[in-house]
Amino acid sequence: MSEVEGVVEGETIGVWGRMVQSDLWYSFTHSPLAMISALFALVFILACLFAGFVAPHDPFNLASVSLFDSLLPPAWQDGGNISYLLGTDDQGRDVFSTILYGGRISLLVGFLSVAFAAVLGIAVGLVAGYAGGITDAIFMRIADIQLSFPAILIALLIDGVFRGLLPRGLHDEVAVYVLVLSIGLSFWVQYARTVRSSVMIERTKEYVQAGQVIGLPPGTILFRHILPNVLGPVLVIATIQLALAIITEATLSFLGVGVPPTQPSLGTLIRIGNDYLFSGEWWITIFPGIALVLLVLSINLLGDWLRDALNPKLR
Amino acid sequence: MSVLLDIDGLKVVFESRHGDVTAARNVCLSIASGEILGVVGESGAGKSTIGNAAMGLLERPGKVAGGTVTLEGERIDGLPPEAMRRLRGAKISMIFQDPLTSLDPLRTIAEQLVTTMTTHLPLSEREARKRAVALMHEVGIPDPEARIDDYPHQFSGGMRQRVVIALALCAEPNVIIADEPTTALDVSIQAQILDLLRKLVRTKGAGMIIITHDMGVIAEIADRVAVMYRGEVVEAGPTRKILGDPDHDYTKSLISAVPRPDVKLDRFPLVEHIESAGSRRSLDLKTHWLGQKRDYGALDGPLLSVRDLEMTFRVGSMFGGGRRSVNAVDGVSFDIAAGETFGLVGESGSGKSTIARLVTGIYQPTGGAIVFAGTDLAGITRRRELNRHRRQMQMIFQDPYSSVNPRKKVGAIVAEPILFHKLAGSRAEVNRIVADLLDHVGLGAKVAGKYPHEFSGGQRQRISIARALATRPRFLICDEPTSALDVSIQAQVLNLLKDLQAELGLTMLFISHDLPVIRQMCDRVAVMRRGRIEEIAPTEDLFERPQNEYTRHLLKLMPKMTGAAA
Repeated sequence: MSEVEGVVEGETIGVWGRMVQSDLWYSFTHSPLAMISALFALVFILACLFAGFVAPHDPFNLASVSLFDSLLPPAWQDGGNISYLLGTDDQGRDVFSTILYGGRISLLVGFLSVAFAAVLGIAVGLVAGYAGGITDAIFMRIADIQLSFPAILIALLIDGVFRGLLPRGLHDEVAVYVLVLSIGLSFWVQYARTVRSSVMIERTKEYVQAGQVIGLPPGTILFRHILPNVLGPVLVIATIQLALAIITEATLSFLGVGVPPTQPSLGTLIRIGNDYLFSGEWWITIFPGIALVLLVLSINLLGDWLRDALNPKLR
Repeated sequence: MSVLLDIDGLKVVFESRHGDVTAARNVCLSIASGEILGVVGESGAGKSTIGNAAMGLLERPGKVAGGTVTLEGERIDGLPPEAMRRLRGAKISMIFQDPLTSLDPLRTIAEQLVTTMTTHLPLSEREARKRAVALMHEVGIPDPEARIDDYPHQFSGGMRQRVVIALALCAEPNVIIADEPTTALDVSIQAQILDLLRKLVRTKGAGMIIITHDMGVIAEIADRVAVMYRGEVVEAGPTRKILGDPDHDYTKSLISAVPRPDVKLDRFPLVEHIESAGSRRSLDLKTHWLGQKRDYGALDGPLLSVRDLEMTFRVGSMFGGGRRSVNAVDGVSFDIAAGETFGLVGESGSGKSTIARLVTGIYQPTGGAIVFAGTDLAGITRRRELNRHRRQMQMIFQDPYSSVNPRKKVGAIVAEPILFHKLAGSRAEVNRIVADLLDHVGLGAKVAGKYPHEFSGGQRQRISIARALATRPRFLICDEPTSALDVSIQAQVLNLLKDLQAELGLTMLFISHDLPVIRQMCDRVAVMRRGRIEEIAPTEDLFERPQNEYTRHLLKLMPKMTGAAA
């Protein structure tokens, strides 16, 4: 009732106006947890993106790294140096800077693999849901089989295959893309299933039949009419899977099958630091760990909020 | 007769972040024992809110903001939830609209009845069960001893509504609130349920409030009527007086909007001030875009000819082996002449909508022929050729909420067929045509930039009509175009369709379950039952001199508004 009243007077309120008036924005501004999470995630992502300007040191420029400064504790401890806020690692690299540069790799892998999984999953879901019958059965059985393996196992498998196929030097160069491929291929199932079930509901609606009566070909109906109506849940899955993809990347890198130490991600940093944990240099592994946990937590909380906000039953 | 329930000055508000919305204000109603009070109004008028408020069933953010509800001399508004729970079922009970969802599907009828009785009455389970059987007999369920242990899904819709009524009556409440008790039922079952309710109220001396949008139901059952409009009772009084000689303007237009079963009128009178729908200009077909390229060549014979049409759906799982066939359409033949409105009428499941979808090509028939303008559509294999024919026929759907894509702007929805069939030269011309079409269906030329959710059901149906016109069709299929709309909005939309038909010389296939609507709209009618046509006749002949047994049966069940304003 109120929705209708709110809009009738305004002729065209523009995209921004519509967003500010929307229920989603209202829900966002009334959820402190969502706002804090969004703020943290945004700051972290921006800091990583502009690591070249934000980071006090360039840890991968060998000219600026000095072994004399190796294994320095955080600035507030005895022997700490104010220019190395969170201390340095075994090669004298600033931990704070490596976190920012490492976060960049983690986020890159996360976003790319989620995008890859989403595109693949949405395409399969659309086709399976709209075509039905044999096509649907084949795609969904593949999905069922894939679901019976843990995602990390599939990622390990794909990574292993590429390791065997590519020469060592080349592999390090394309390691990021191999990771994106392996994580993406293990994540598409959830999109496919969700999109498929939404499509099966949407395709019986009368606006789809209206499109058929006009004479529109199936592709047009599918992509121009049905697709925009099934993207809501996809957004929620994508947010939650972004966190999951970052974790998976960190796990793979921690196990040593992810990105190489020359271009370390958060997971690689944690693995490197792990060797020093028991010799007292705890900061090399703890700080990247905290950064990873906070990043994943904030994205997860955002995803949870988005799921609740988009679910009319919980309002 | 003593007053059982008295509602005085009731005000209900819904709090929202855009400010409070008053759903009902200053509502005064009362019922005595043995009396049936009808509360009638259109959707959003606040009818159900009143019922829920009286029952203490208002859901957040709704709340009672003023006035009193008195049940048998005791105030019951503002009672704590636990005290209210004791009253509900025992003193005051409710019959809901949808019998498919108002019973617990996991428990047998016996369990549901017995639990309700033992909760409110000092009865043992054995006694309660005995009474449950007697009650089921009373509400007209055959063989109650055997059926009481059945689950709800084993009953048909009408039988389930009887069970719901039994459930509402089992703890012997004095006040029953029935919220649209027959809306979800077919017309033949509606008559039986209304009979039953009236009989029960009389014999038990209970009082009943029946909430409905349907003037026919009111005429059939209510002793007194309260007419609600925008949260207020605008008029109340004895049924005969309100229906026959209403005082309030709204009541008058509401009654005149009800399609008359007894005589065909050119237009529905007196409906203009209900929902403002811009004044319509007449258009000159010779110069207007809609009139271009209309020379389809001479046509001898009918525009649409359907021969022995058959449609078999295969249902059941692919692997389960339980596959069987359902003949939704079973050997149907009819002709529609150019310029004619042909009606298809029948109860739900009779195959009407399937025929519409076969003619438009949404489904492929399993047998028979569809000949449009002399061409057998099944014989065309090339997509381009098929589209050329399909463009000439368009469809208007039943559900205004799902028949327009919620993610597209109204302008884009109407422009799509024009762009797809390349019916205009430039984008600017398309925009001009779209604005003109939207204006022509009474929405105004400026709505193209809005999204469908900003419109009411009736307005959305106008968007659908504009979209259908955008291919410049000559044949329009209307599948229950107004059954989801309020009666006054229905009158407006039907008026629009009549005007368009006269202006554009459209041929129409008009599908409805509503006989009075069919009478107002159609030149000839086919009565359908279980996928077959029972009778085809000109409308007046069919209504005045029905030949077929089933047609007579349907006509007898048609609700009659006694003393309707002439």
